[in-house]
Amino acid sequence: MSTPVKAPKPGPQAAKAQPVRPKAPKPAPPIGASSAAPVLTGAQAVVRALEELEVEAVFGIPGGAILPAYDPLLDSEKVRHVLVRHEQGAGHAAQGYALATGKVGVCMATSGPGATNLVTPLADAHMDSVPIVAITGQVASSAIGTDAFQEADICGITMPITKHSYLVTDAEDIPRVLAEAFYVAASGRPGPVLVDIPKDILNAQAPFVWPPKMDLPGYRPTTQPHGKQIREAAALIAEARKPVLYVGGGVVKSGAHAELLALAELTGAPVVTTLMARGAFPDSHPQHLGMPGMHGTVPAVHALQKSDLLVALGARFDDRVTGKLSTFAPEAKIVHVDIDPAEIGKNREADVPIVGDCKAAISAMIEAYEDGGKERLKTWWETLDDLRDRYPLGYTDIDDGLLTPQWVIQRLGELAPDDTIWTAGVGQHQMWASQFVKYEKPGTFLNSGGLGTMGFAVPAAMGAKLGRIDRTVWAIDGDGCFQMTNQELATCAIEGIPIKVAVINNGNLGMVRQWQTLFYEKRYSQTNLSTHHSEASPRIPDFVKLAEALGCVGLRAETADEVDEIIKQANAINDRPVVVDFTVGPDAMVWPMVPAGVSNDEILYARDVRPNFDDEGEI
Amino acid sequence: MSTHTLSVLVENKPGVLARVAALFSRRGFNIDSLAVGETEHPGVSRITIVVDVEAGSLEQVTKQLNKLIHVLKIVELEAGSSVQRELLLVKVRADAATRGQVIAAAELFKARSVDVTPDTVTFEVTGNSDKIEAFLEVLEPFGIKELVQSGTVALGRGAKSMASLSRYVSPNS
Repeated sequence: MSTPVKAPKPGPQAAKAQPVRPKAPKPAPPIGASSAAPVLTGAQAVVRALEELEVEAVFGIPGGAILPAYDPLLDSEKVRHVLVRHEQGAGHAAQGYALATGKVGVCMATSGPGATNLVTPLADAHMDSVPIVAITGQVASSAIGTDAFQEADICGITMPITKHSYLVTDAEDIPRVLAEAFYVAASGRPGPVLVDIPKDILNAQAPFVWPPKMDLPGYRPTTQPHGKQIREAAALIAEARKPVLYVGGGVVKSGAHAELLALAELTGAPVVTTLMARGAFPDSHPQHLGMPGMHGTVPAVHALQKSDLLVALGARFDDRVTGKLSTFAPEAKIVHVDIDPAEIGKNREADVPIVGDCKAAISAMIEAYEDGGKERLKTWWETLDDLRDRYPLGYTDIDDGLLTPQWVIQRLGELAPDDTIWTAGVGQHQMWASQFVKYEKPGTFLNSGGLGTMGFAVPAAMGAKLGRIDRTVWAIDGDGCFQMTNQELATCAIEGIPIKVAVINNGNLGMVRQWQTLFYEKRYSQTNLSTHHSEASPRIPDFVKLAEALGCVGLRAETADEVDEIIKQANAINDRPVVVDFTVGPDAMVWPMVPAGVSNDEILYARDVRPNFDDEGEI
Repeated sequence: MSTHTLSVLVENKPGVLARVAALFSRRGFNIDSLAVGETEHPGVSRITIVVDVEAGSLEQVTKQLNKLIHVLKIVELEAGSSVQRELLLVKVRADAATRGQVIAAAELFKARSVDVTPDTVTFEVTGNSDKIEAFLEVLEPFGIKELVQSGTVALGRGAKSMASLSRYVSPNS
């Protein structure tokens, strides 16, 4: 086992308690004496601009076209470059960093394949509104369009999956473009911005003016909600007999968790938190019904279905939440708060549309709210409490001699230090991580919701840990996901980023296998990954040996009585990354479940078990 | 489904047309016609887009367009309160026997002949899409050899302009 080569540098943000809405540089007037501006190469300007923007880390890999930028980076005392093993890792690390710190994450890659390897994280960041800036090298201006070596039209390729993009054509523009890129990424509805810089522009010389004057006449995000609509919303909440606060990732992004708690307690309304909002409202709070959607809790799903007023806060009526849209919450009026006007009315018509920042909107609603007494919610709570009693989240052990994955994840949650940050890949383990780890604070569960990117967990954990070096970071991963991006453990080991990885190893692409079990007559086509030991084959790969080869501690838990001990052992290691291979059974399934494309009314509590809703006759 | 004319002011930056066009295709909206050109300020272009969508989708189109950083302002121009024009160039078969009838038809539509050969006449005509369509119907029996149509361009009627461009343009650009 290797020892870490480099001590991590705790960033200035490391001690901050909660992620806050990223602060963008304000447009500033040009410096009067531009003649006094130093003349820098484009490459130097990139690094200087990153320093001015208080970037503490860049995740990337050098290559031909971006090479000039790497030279001044070597001398920067403010910007740390983390040399990843694959550009996808750089992108997800930038996302993890952004989600954990509330600052803009930065990744860097060369032209062509370097840039195209960033496509997945850019798409992921676009779907989940994560502020990252990707800086890519491009072939020289004169070679653009000639199919030059390592040329790819990355601006064109990423146009549908970025909030904005730039192809820099003049070295003088670099400070302005980077300032704009950071501002656009972090403000309004956050998202990814790509800055593509041809090699000759990196080598050209130009005066470096800071702060630059931003020129974004068409970009004016609305953050302050409209007073009239706020009053209407408050009045509707005060009247509703079956209200639900439907909380999405926007609440986390705007740092509105305190306001949300106040609104919930003021109104007495039940709260559901989507996959992107887990932690925005404490799981321990009596008004919290859990996660809605395809694998949501019975009370959360039912509450949305039967509600007479949904107050959607930074949520976007995603199909994984609504199920069959035409049958979603048929009786409910909709108050929809979102900073992105295009989200309002996109999937579900809003009765009260509110464009604005969640924090501002919720505060205003609290102010406008006149309590009509909680008595009117009594029947509603009786129904929901009854469902909570009868249909709590749970699982049954399967007697296969292997660990029960839900229980392993539950124990991981129970034994983790306070304020642990969790990341997850995509699939069964992600749903169980959402269900069986209890989240009390925002920004503690980072995962790929919209795009559903397998392989997100390890690099995102790396970025989160680098940004929050004082916090424990656990990546809950599947054996399928882990094999997509585990090379970043080498980065973690060498760069001194001691993350912990729990591989919930069921030997299969578990979620796909679950669907094959349920919908394809157990015809298991291409889902066995052979990561379990069997008579026919050894573990391929052996995750313990793989971990050790990557400079990490490798542990394995195969029986229930060793699970706690091994988790504690992993929790105690802080000088290098740890990987724990939890050998779990392949037949465990994620429940409850609303099968794809059907109404949420068809929720199944367990296989073939439909909840008995008392109001069945009314439907 | 109904036809709507959107007038979109955009920053005149490289790739802006691609961004607008790509947005329509990826969100599944159909463009009936599109015309783009500079405005009175070289930093700002005006794109006139005719779309065939339902009212709800039109709102989505507008909101999604507004999210593009280079889009400055969008206005829907109603047929009644705006002037909408297309340009048509059409080459019609017209020999000695039919030329008189063809030219007489063209005069009714205030079309100008811009090229003449012994067998054909090419006309230039502007108007709204109904007029262009009607003109083509009249020419059809003579034999249309080829034609080209521009996208619709449109301006609101009245003294007001869509926006004061100066607010979008920085003094040094």
